Amino acid sequence: MSFIGQVAQWFQDPAHWQGDGGIPHRTLEHVAMSGVSVLVAALIALPIGIAIGHVGKGGNLAINISNIGRAIPSFALLVLAAQFFGIAAASQIVGFGAVPAFVALVALAIPPMVTNSYIGMREVDPDVREAARGMGMRERAVLLRVELPIAVPFIMAGIRTSAVNVVATATLAAEVAWGGLGRFIVDGLGLQDYPQLFAGAVMVAVLALIVEFSLAGLQRLSTPAGLRPSKSTQKEEPVAALDTAAVAA
Amino acid sequence: MLATGVVGAVEDPWIRWSWISGHLDVIIAALLQHIQLTLIAVVIGLVIAVPLGLVAWRSRLFRGPIFTLTGILYTIPSLALFAFLLPFTGLTVLTAEIGLVSYTLLILVRNIVVGLNAVPDEVREAARGMGFRPLAELARVDLPLAIPAIMAGVRIATVTTIGLVTVTALIGEGGLGSLIYDGLLREFHTPLVVGTVLSVALAVVADLSLAGLQRVVTPWARSRAVP
Repeated sequence: MSFIGQVAQWFQDPAHWQGDGGIPHRTLEHVAMSGVSVLVAALIALPIGIAIGHVGKGGNLAINISNIGRAIPSFALLVLAAQFFGIAAASQIVGFGAVPAFVALVALAIPPMVTNSYIGMREVDPDVREAARGMGMRERAVLLRVELPIAVPFIMAGIRTSAVNVVATATLAAEVAWGGLGRFIVDGLGLQDYPQLFAGAVMVAVLALIVEFSLAGLQRLSTPAGLRPSKSTQKEEPVAALDTAAVAA
Repeated sequence: MLATGVVGAVEDPWIRWSWISGHLDVIIAALLQHIQLTLIAVVIGLVIAVPLGLVAWRSRLFRGPIFTLTGILYTIPSLALFAFLLPFTGLTVLTAEIGLVSYTLLILVRNIVVGLNAVPDEVREAARGMGFRPLAELARVDLPLAIPAIMAGVRIATVTTIGLVTVTALIGEGGLGSLIYDGLLREFHTPLVVGTVLSVALAVVADLSLAGLQRVVTPWARSRAVP
């Protein structure tokens, strides 16, 4: 039988769709862990980035944090978290295995969100800010009704970058005794069961692409109508500019 | 032995200097392999990305597909990408490099296009007015002016690759990642800490060296302050 046929057969085996080790449960684990990690990271990162951007001080910190974040290998972060909390201890307490993965994923998700929300706030034209103040808007209204709507596409870009990173790294978390879809890849690798390995890779890739494309769509929708580029003047997405800016600075 | 497993893990210090001095050869070999894997990936990445970037810049027809394809490669998690290749290319350097190169493409192509798009039309007009042919204009006007953006891409791609190389430890390569993986498998902190610290240090040194290189190759940009 061809290799692809073996992979198809693996997917068709009812045993792979049942129980704690089945595809539905592993998918749910992966999605839940990624979702909660991104949410918690957003609650920490966005207020920091927005505050720094609004005040306009500490910009270097906001920009450099994502460079530092990029330099720390996510795999190392996971293994460090696992050892810090102790894998041996972790596997003895039910459900505790998720803690090291969760901590590493949150830490990983924070930097891009801080940097992008800061850059989004700095993108606001100072004249626009002045005009808002001149119209008698209070500081709160300037922030909520002028700065934030302009910054939202950038904030969304940061959330998207982090979310895709988190989904990818949650896959690696199978190496530190956690579940998720990475389990199929890591177990397939360990058992030299290539159909399982390949099937796991398909599911992880599809999940990552769904997250990327749906958040990209959300990012476009969240751009205020007046700021949307017309078809003829369409530019590269802000992420490219952000990455360039982040390192050039 | 069984009962002391947990206690042993707790008592293991984060750094055991005697292990480091006894394994300097292993550490240096891992560091060199890490540099080698990174260099090969970034150089091959550039060789592929420059023509792709030029095509994406010049042709509206191909721009969309090129960005979509490199974007998909970039989005697929590294472990999954390696897993896709494993049944065909096995536990080899080739598997590792195909994966690593794939991740550099989006970053490099995007920055090449952004850099070339940023060349002012007046400059291009002037070059044409001075009698530059298209190829000479590209080589002597467009590309030099795009260097800062391209170099920014090379820096991001390099730092990203240095991080990703650690993941290739799971498919038998890894450079410093093999130290990290060793630390995980044996629940022994020292190689883990050494691998992590050296990997971060390597990323910082590579980034700073490339920044220095950029200053050397763009002498005209030196007086301009970076915002």
